Order: sequence, then structure tokens, then C-alpha cells
Amino acid sequence: MEVFKKTNGLTDAPFHYCPGCTHGIIHRLVAEVLEELGVLDRSIAIASVGCSVFSYNYFNCDAIQAAHGRAPAVATGAKRSMPDNIVFTYQGDGDLAAIGTAETVHAAARNENITVIFVNNAIYGMTGGQMAPTSLPNQVTQTSPYGRDVTLVGYPIKVSEMLSQVEGATYIERVAVDNVKNIKNAKKAIKKAFQNQIDKKGFSLIEVLSTCPTNWGKSPKDSLLWLEENMKKNYPLGVFKDRTKGDE
Amino acid sequence: MSTCKILIAGFGGQGVLFSGKVLAYTGLTLDKEVSWLPSYGPEMRGGTANCSVTVSSEQIGSPIVSEPDLLIAMNQPSFDKYCEETSDNSIIVYDSALISTEFKSNDKVKVFEIPATRLASDNDLPGLANMIILGKSVKESGVFTKDQVFDAMKKLVSSKKPELLEKNIKALELGFNY
Amino acid sequence: MSEKVLMKGNEALAEAAIMAGCKHYFGYPITPQTEVAAYMAKKMPKVGGVFLQAESEVSAINMVIGVAATGKRAMTSSSSPGISLKSEGISYLAGCELPALIVNVQRGGPGLGGIQPSQSDYYQATKGGGHGDYKLIVLAPNSVQEMVDLTFKGFDLAEKYRMPAMLLCDGTMGQMMEPVLLNQGEIKTYDKSWATTGTGNHEGRNVVNSLSLNPEELEVWNHRRYDRYKIAQENDVMYEEYLMDDAEICIVAFGIASRVSKNAINQARAKGIKVGMIRPITLWPFPEKVLKKASEKCKAFISVELNMGQMIDDVRLAIECSKPVYLCNRTGGMIMSPEEVLASIIKANGGNE
Repeated sequence: MEVFKKTNGLTDAPFHYCPGCTHGIIHRLVAEVLEELGVLDRSIAIASVGCSVFSYNYFNCDAIQAAHGRAPAVATGAKRSMPDNIVFTYQGDGDLAAIGTAETVHAAARNENITVIFVNNAIYGMTGGQMAPTSLPNQVTQTSPYGRDVTLVGYPIKVSEMLSQVEGATYIERVAVDNVKNIKNAKKAIKKAFQNQIDKKGFSLIEVLSTCPTNWGKSPKDSLLWLEENMKKNYPLGVFKDRTKGDE
Repeated sequence: MSTCKILIAGFGGQGVLFSGKVLAYTGLTLDKEVSWLPSYGPEMRGGTANCSVTVSSEQIGSPIVSEPDLLIAMNQPSFDKYCEETSDNSIIVYDSALISTEFKSNDKVKVFEIPATRLASDNDLPGLANMIILGKSVKESGVFTKDQVFDAMKKLVSSKKPELLEKNIKALELGFNY
Repeated sequence: MSEKVLMKGNEALAEAAIMAGCKHYFGYPITPQTEVAAYMAKKMPKVGGVFLQAESEVSAINMVIGVAATGKRAMTSSSSPGISLKSEGISYLAGCELPALIVNVQRGGPGLGGIQPSQSDYYQATKGGGHGDYKLIVLAPNSVQEMVDLTFKGFDLAEKYRMPAMLLCDGTMGQMMEPVLLNQGEIKTYDKSWATTGTGNHEGRNVVNSLSLNPEELEVWNHRRYDRYKIAQENDVMYEEYLMDDAEICIVAFGIASRVSKNAINQARAKGIKVGMIRPITLWPFPEKVLKKASEKCKAFISVELNMGQMIDDVRLAIECSKPVYLCNRTGGMIMSPEEVLASIIKANGGNE
């Protein structure tokens, strides 16, 4: 009988994440995948800026801490230098979809052989709950106190849909971690994204819908409901691009 | 020769920079100190182009030639701009097919003309007016001997393009003999 | 290669970088340094290296960070407005203690400025540019040969002190052709046990990072870095002295301004004025000691620069304002003539020709 144990893909450093935040689940999924694929000892994590800024303390592999939004460019350099290593970025929505849009789109366009884990919780968490590029219409945040007014600040960016139009990108999927079934699917997607890199197939991005109970002002349970009821309407789950089809 | 400061000026596309390169390269083959500095930027795309070349037996200070010992002018604006800015005991060689002037030799400067552009078309040497005027300029200034320039040209032009070398040599020769 | 070849400064430095073992170059087009990118695009595939035209200067410097973190030599080049964009990444390189070479072929500024030669990024290069307590090794070539030699030197010092180095040139150096010896030079190897190459390749986990939310720790990091800077200031200052033995007036100039100054000095010497030059080759570390020593016998200094007067501050500091320091400058892409420098020399000589 197998006893539940911590994955070797994570260090012993305690997470700094808030109670109920789903970053912890996503970290664990990535870490389990790296361990199961047997690539931990040749992985290089690129940490970003935002709540996941300390991810270099958690993934049990080498890591580079990148400037805000620049993780895909740093990953490009690392991967071009070490093509046999496994290079991945772990980025939030502010990092990837606002300040780092150019780096993201062009890494995809080049079909850079890296894996991007994109955590979308529709808010800037680390700085205390400001409007994100992915905040929903009418969503109340610290910098949209009357709700996101799309006539003034525009519409949320749908990263997976956008990148599905980029010819170079290999694999784009959106998943969620709000229930057991979805968590299992998320792990499958993340595993595929890393397998693609091992198989030298190119750029894979997994967008993970995540919660932010603290800055959403909701209990962890209500946050999961809010994700289910609101985020999924704007951000439907599914595979948006798969150039690996027929390869198997 | 201790130091010879050369300014070559004309339109972009006339081969001004290449002429300068031939001179600089000849200097290099003779173990001289040389510098070659082009004007760059928008003017290189159809506007005026010029090129400073210094050949010296000593270390070269500024590579910018403002008072040339030898001015090679390939268009009217360049001639008008630089003809009165040459050094004492300088030489001007200009393309008389493209430049009309009343400017004459005086105590300070000796002026030579050669209809380089017309000679190029008369002799089936398209685009090689720069080499024709260069031949004339080298002869009148004595900065190098004919053989020195020819030898350098042979090293400079790829041996894979013998017809190109032949035409360049022919153009230089034409200038020397004018 | 033991024979001199005629090369443009931009191409010579690119070739030198490859010879120095740099196999990763990330660029973005901007006049007057585009030849570097073009040369790399042509050469890198032939030597098994990586040339990548990034989507922006910002991305290019971050790609350099990615390579540098894995312990390999990486380079990017740009011109003034592009260096402003790279400044974020340069600060990160410094904070992460990563070696890399950044080339700035300066043009006139501020803003989009012009495209003609300038030295107006002196402050940016030597005083920061990016945020935080850090320094760059700043090397200022004044010939195509030095474009080559200082490229080798830049990589070497960057690795020796684990800090970014900058080759601070101007449009003239980049565009000029001169005979150059592409000597291989000795390539020293330094400890790279810190590199993020995967835990399978070294003991424990390696993390390349500039973040610490603990101020006590960050202070220690900054002191540790400045301790290394101090060693560089002791051991790796480079300068050239020209006719300084009996000089009463000392010109301080770098890059193209030093070439123009040399002509002016020769003209002044012909008039019997005792003038010489101290040419900083490393702008950081700045040759403070030799200037201080010169101030004991020189009656005046002249800072010759292609900007509104930036290095002049460092000259005054080095000589502790003990003698007058005159400024001879042009800006916006203009270059002073030897005659203008000569006029400054005569002025510094009390108007005596």
C-alpha cells in the first residue's frame, strides 16, 4: 500500500502562499510532473514577479529569478544555452499578460522549446489586489473600485485564445484547479506540456485558472465557487492549440 | 610621405566608400598606419556620401579629415562644399562629367579634372567611375605608385571574381593614363 | 591570425567576441551598431553559436541573463536609446552577479536624439543607468584594435569579478576601419560552480537571484559586491599617458575625443606649450590615482568630451578640485576639431600661445 508522501520535486521550504490559494496545488502538480518524468536534475525553473516570485525557493531544481514579465526571454537564453535541459517559466497574469506580453507572444512565435505555466487568478496578488489584464468586466479590485469599466480600461486578455492564433506555438491548453477532476486534468495538461519539451516539439503554455481568496475578499470555498461561476464563463477550459496531434 | 589626409565625396551609390577602402587597403599592404571613416546614416541612401582616409607612417590621431591633402570630388555639391577647405599644397581631382566649375589651381591647391563618369560609359565600365578617378588621383598625388595600388586591388577583390578584378584594373589604368 | 586585416570597428568587436568564446548573441537593430548584429547573424551559425534577433532590447538583455546564468559567455549590443531599455536587465545582471558584455555604440541624445557619434551616455554607464547600488566595468576603446582587445578584456573582467562589463564606444569607433590584429589572446577560465545547469551537474541547488526581502541580508549582498568592486579599483584600472612627463596642462579624454586631442596636443607642442593627455581606458574603475598624481605638477586640466560635460565631474573629484578643470565639448553628434581643442589648451595656458 502506498503511503501519501511529499513529492521530491518540492524543497522543504514552507510555502508563503495565503490559506486557500491554489498556487500550492499548481506548484505540487508541476513538481510531481518533473519528478515523474525524471527530469528534476536537469530542470531550470524561471521564477517571475508576483506571488510566485519565491517559486525559486520551492521547486527542487536550479532556478533563475527573472524581472517582471521577462521570464520567457530569460528562459529563451537558458534553453538556447542548455538545449538538453528542461526550462520552464512559472508566471502570473500581471507578469505574463501585461508587462510581459511581448516576451510571451514572441517566445510562442519562435516556438521556443520551453514550457510556460501561466497562473490566471484575475488579479495582482503580491501587490495587494489591483486590476489585472485578466480581471473580469465589472470585477471590483483596488484599482477598479467601481468595477472594471471596459469602456475605460478595456477588456480582459484571453491569453490562450490569443496564443492559439500564433502560428509558431505548439500546445496551448486552459485548465482549472477548482475540483479533483479538474486538478487531475490540469496535471495531465502540465505533463503533456513538459513531455512536448522533452520531445523537442516546442512552445507549450498551460493556463491554469486559480483563486485568490485574500484579494477577492472571499473564503477559500467561495473563491472556488466564484472561479466556477465567473471565471470559466470568460475563460472556457480546453485545448486551444495542439500541433502535436497525429504525432503519437 | 609622412601623413596624407584624403577626402572622397560624392553621391551614395558612386562607390565613394569602396574607393576609400582601396586606398586604405593599399596603405595596409605597405605596413602604413591607415584609417577609413565613412559618413553614415540617411545620407548613405541616395544623398551625399563621403569618406575620410588617412595614410601615415606615424600613428594616426583623429581619423576625421577636415582639411584634406587630396580631395576627390564626384558631384557638384561635394566639390562646392569642400574645394576651399583643402590644406596648403593640396590636390583636388574632380569628375568633370558631373561638375562644372571656374575654380582654378592656385598657390595653395592644384586642380585636376577627369570626365570619369563619361569615360566609364564610353569604355563599357559601368559603375567604375570611382576607380577611374582614383587612378587619376593616385597618379597626381603620388600617394602610392600604380603597382602598389594594383597589387592591393588584386588582394582586395576576391579571386573568385576574375572579371570584376579585370574591370577594376582596367578602370584604374584608364585614370592613370588620362 | 597573425596578419593585420582591415576591419570596421563594429565587425572587429563582433569577431573578437566570437574568438573570446562568446557563442550567444542577442540583438536588435539600431544605428550605428547594426553591423554587429549583421556580423553575428552571418558568423554564429557557422561556429555553432546562437544569433537571435530579439523582439526588443528588453528581451535581448534578458536572453543574455538566461545564458549568463548557465555560466556561458553572452553578449548584446545596442546604441544609446536601446541601452536605456536594457538598463533594467543590466541592473538584474549586477544584482544576480552575472558576467556578460554589453556594447554601447553611442549616438546623440536624449530621447531619440540623432545617429552621429556621441559620448553622452558616460553618466549612464559609469553612475548606474539602472536602479540600485551597482557598478559596471566600463571600457572605452579609441581604435579598432582596442575594440578587439577590450572585447577580450571585457569578458575577462566580467567573469573575474562576476559583474557585467560594458564596451562604451561611439559611432566613429563602430563605423571606422583600421588595420587590426585579431589576436586570440589568453582566455582565462573562472569558477562557474554557481551556474544553473541542472542539479545533476553540480552539488546542491543553484539559484540565480537578486531578490531579498530581508534588508540585513540585502545589505550584506551589496557590501560583498562592493568589496569586489574595490579589488577591481585596485587592480584593473587602465589608462594611457601621452607626453605627460613634462606636461603642465593635462587633457583628459577617451574614445574619439582622445584621438582629436592628440592632434591638438601635437599642434600645441609645436608652439611650445607643455601639454599632455591622460586617456582613461577603463571609465570605471576611473584612473583616479594617476590624475591625482598629475595634479601635483599640472596647473590645469581640460576634459574633452562629446557631451555637455559628464566625465569632468570625475576629473574634478579625482584631483579634489585642486586645479582648474576646463571643458572642451561638442554635443548632439558633433565632433570637436583639433583647432577647438587647441583653443582650449591656449585658454588653459593663460592665453599664452
